[in-house]
Amino acid sequence: MNMIVTPASPATPNGTTRPQVRIVIVGHVDHGKSTLVGRLLHETGSLPDGKLEMLKAVSARRGMPFEWSFLLDALQTERDQGITIDTTQIRFRTNSRDIVLIDAPGHAEFLRNMITGASQADGAVLIIDALEGVRDQTRRHGYLLHLLGVKQVAVVVNKMDRVDFSAERFNEISDEISAHLLGLGVKPTAVIPISARDGDGVAERTDRIGWYKGPTVVEALDRLEPAQPLEALALRLPVQAIYKFDDRRIVAGRIESGSLIAGDEIVIMPAGKIARIKTVESWPVTPVAGRQGAGRSVGITLDRELFVERGDIIAHANSAPRETRRLRARIFWLHDKPLAKGDQLLVRCGPKESRATVVAIEKAVDPGELSSVENKAIGLNHVGEIDISLSNSIATDPYTENPRTGRIVIEVSGRIAGGGLVLSVDAGQRALPVDIVPVESALRPDERSARYQHNGAVVWLTGLPASGKSTLAKALERRLFSNGGSPILLDGDTLRAGLNSDLGFSAADRSENIRRLAEVATHLARNGHIAIVAAVSPAREDRAAARHIADTSFREIHVATPAGVCEERDPKGHYKKARAGALASFTGIGNDYETPQAAELVIDTSTRTVAEAADEIEQMLKTTGVLFDEVVDLAANI
Amino acid sequence: MHLLKDDSAANGLSSPAFTVRAPAKEFSADLAPSMDHLDQLEAQSIYIFREAFGRLKKIALLWSLGKDSNVMIWLARKAFFGRLPFPALHVDTGKKFPEMYRFRDHYGKEWELDLRVEPCPPIDAVDPTLPPAARSAARKTEGLKMALGKYGFDGLIAGIRRDEEATRAKERVFSPRGLEGNWDVRDQPPEFWDHFNASPPQGAHLRIHPILHWTESDIWAYTKRENIPIIPLYLSQNGKRYRSLGDQDITNPVASTASNIDEILVELEETKVPERAGRALDHETEDAFERLRVAGYL
Repeated sequence: MNMIVTPASPATPNGTTRPQVRIVIVGHVDHGKSTLVGRLLHETGSLPDGKLEMLKAVSARRGMPFEWSFLLDALQTERDQGITIDTTQIRFRTNSRDIVLIDAPGHAEFLRNMITGASQADGAVLIIDALEGVRDQTRRHGYLLHLLGVKQVAVVVNKMDRVDFSAERFNEISDEISAHLLGLGVKPTAVIPISARDGDGVAERTDRIGWYKGPTVVEALDRLEPAQPLEALALRLPVQAIYKFDDRRIVAGRIESGSLIAGDEIVIMPAGKIARIKTVESWPVTPVAGRQGAGRSVGITLDRELFVERGDIIAHANSAPRETRRLRARIFWLHDKPLAKGDQLLVRCGPKESRATVVAIEKAVDPGELSSVENKAIGLNHVGEIDISLSNSIATDPYTENPRTGRIVIEVSGRIAGGGLVLSVDAGQRALPVDIVPVESALRPDERSARYQHNGAVVWLTGLPASGKSTLAKALERRLFSNGGSPILLDGDTLRAGLNSDLGFSAADRSENIRRLAEVATHLARNGHIAIVAAVSPAREDRAAARHIADTSFREIHVATPAGVCEERDPKGHYKKARAGALASFTGIGNDYETPQAAELVIDTSTRTVAEAADEIEQMLKTTGVLFDEVVDLAANI
Repeated sequence: MHLLKDDSAANGLSSPAFTVRAPAKEFSADLAPSMDHLDQLEAQSIYIFREAFGRLKKIALLWSLGKDSNVMIWLARKAFFGRLPFPALHVDTGKKFPEMYRFRDHYGKEWELDLRVEPCPPIDAVDPTLPPAARSAARKTEGLKMALGKYGFDGLIAGIRRDEEATRAKERVFSPRGLEGNWDVRDQPPEFWDHFNASPPQGAHLRIHPILHWTESDIWAYTKRENIPIIPLYLSQNGKRYRSLGDQDITNPVASTASNIDEILVELEETKVPERAGRALDHETEDAFERLRVAGYL
């Protein structure tokens, strides 16, 4: 969870408000994290009654001297191992802040827990043992704070009692860690000498550290600022879901940045469709008036019916995020198996997800060592920069422009395996829409439709090989042309010979094949033609993408001839070859054809003639407003 | 055109729900009103609810009838514009307070909940090595497992909070459970930036914790602000009130004079007594609670 906390904060019963700040304490194992937390709780008077006594009693029962860290080690498993396992949230108060402390462990094995905790923090305390100095985990945690976007970092040099409170030793460590953090773009807010066990520097500047003039730990915490909501940035409303519980069609999501109000003109990315916000819906009172800002979970209705889906981003038209299929990201990796070039992944960017392939890996490094740079793979707990190719377009921002939408999470086998920041989008793979100035046709759509007696459309025939798609497509083409229309056939196989000759039959290539078909067909449809596409298009996701591109002009026809009949027909001999194992990735004999669930028309060619099927298509095109009904049209022109 | 994801719990919804139409009024395009602490908590919880509903196939909300789960239902109705689009599951030990059953029956209807009441097995069926109160609570875990088997839920929404108890502080928002419903505290996946691990293995389920980041004070302040109904046992009578409601035989009231929510908030500001002090099972042995959680207790 990564909640934005504003300065406006918990109202206490007596009416005062105090900013709430979430902090995380990180550092190398055994450098005294838990001890510092125990001490902080004690110094700020935050311990529950009896807790200290209870733990002292437990220690006595186990024959161990009491340690401050026992306070946190509430789990028996932790006490057994002598390390803290996971994040614990503890609250205490400084002079002017409510501090929510997210305790994170120092043990290398549990970096995923440190990340889980630190990702929720507004600020961090990085703890270093004065005797041991900066260690690999110290550097690693520093690096991860940078990747997680935690900007406020206070460094404490602990166990000063073990180095006789030496100012010289302190300065040495202070210089080293400051240089490391500054190199990552993180400026420490303070570097504080302390002894967590004895209390020096925690809440008091004792004589033993009389040479130190900076803030104590409690004072440093008191100066932390809560994260600000990103209201000043451009609007980003990632769509979580579309709800149709009643007559309203509500687009639901959380505003990650910017703000919106009913009446705003918005663009839905990546498709780039424009609409206006009709209402902001709520419960129990609805609709709600007024502006809604970053951090709110909202529901909106639009002034027109558009295809909107989970993962789309709603923005204002003049400040939309970029659409891309190519990303460069700086990531941390938490999976046992190293991430390598060519790996297939699932990438999440907000609610949007897309399959992806790692195209290149650069600057892979163990952030604890920083010396061992390699470019083949990113190992467990290491970081690196990667280029990713996405099978679906996504809308995103570089993290420097928007820290909320400019970050990704990587999933492997259904489990989160890494994450990081979007450094740049596109990498020259596709031109940015902002750079394109489309030349508009000299003809208006209504001029063409008056001549053709139809509107532009994309008629998409999907079905198993040999189901009769091409036959139907040709019959329909002939019929429409005879009636004075302008049909154009786009056959999947024909286009593969030219436009799509660079594509194979992998899932990613099939998706791209479909995308190109859909783009060409949509262009024709926008210019008043009826594009007839005949393509197996087995993946539901790909067809949804095609519908997305063609939008309201899309008419899907499922040519649902039974599989057995298709195989019997086999005009191209493909089934035979596939059965013999000579044709890889052949759709038809496996279960890889995903049946359409909302096609405008379903036709079984085994039970009707070609002419009958063409009749049905023509009828569907009439009822869905593509073909003009002649009588009505004549009447309208009188 | 279908707009809802095929394989999500969002499928097959109906049941119109009650909303209030606000009078149309003029508004200015000024700055958005700043969000206070409760607004932020609410927005976060709504986000979690919508993720759970969208990404899992068959979910239910565990309704214990207490203050926390009532806040959860309220938040869910905010997330889904007035309705709870999945069942509310009450795993009934049969030993709750009469006030709790009255509350359930009344608001189950008023809130138009798809209420499923599931019984627990007899005490003999439960691990006899557990201390008495823990054993009694473990009945509920068994009842829960039976309900899971009966309906095949892949996600259960539970109203636990990090500040309640040390072991709960270790929880994730989307918390995977093993095939036996058990919780492996050592092998929890990473969870950050509101990205949740929502793919339970076949036959296992997830616990979803939409109010994990709330505190006891937050719950009361929100209950007051939103005017959410509560069971009167939470308010002081004869110098005592319940801070946490469980089974009658293993829950005790604490000394308190707080007779309304404002007074509860003042009391919480001053007290250092833990919330579950009245829950007998938390104090039997150091590890009883954790053993229960590992076995699938809430």
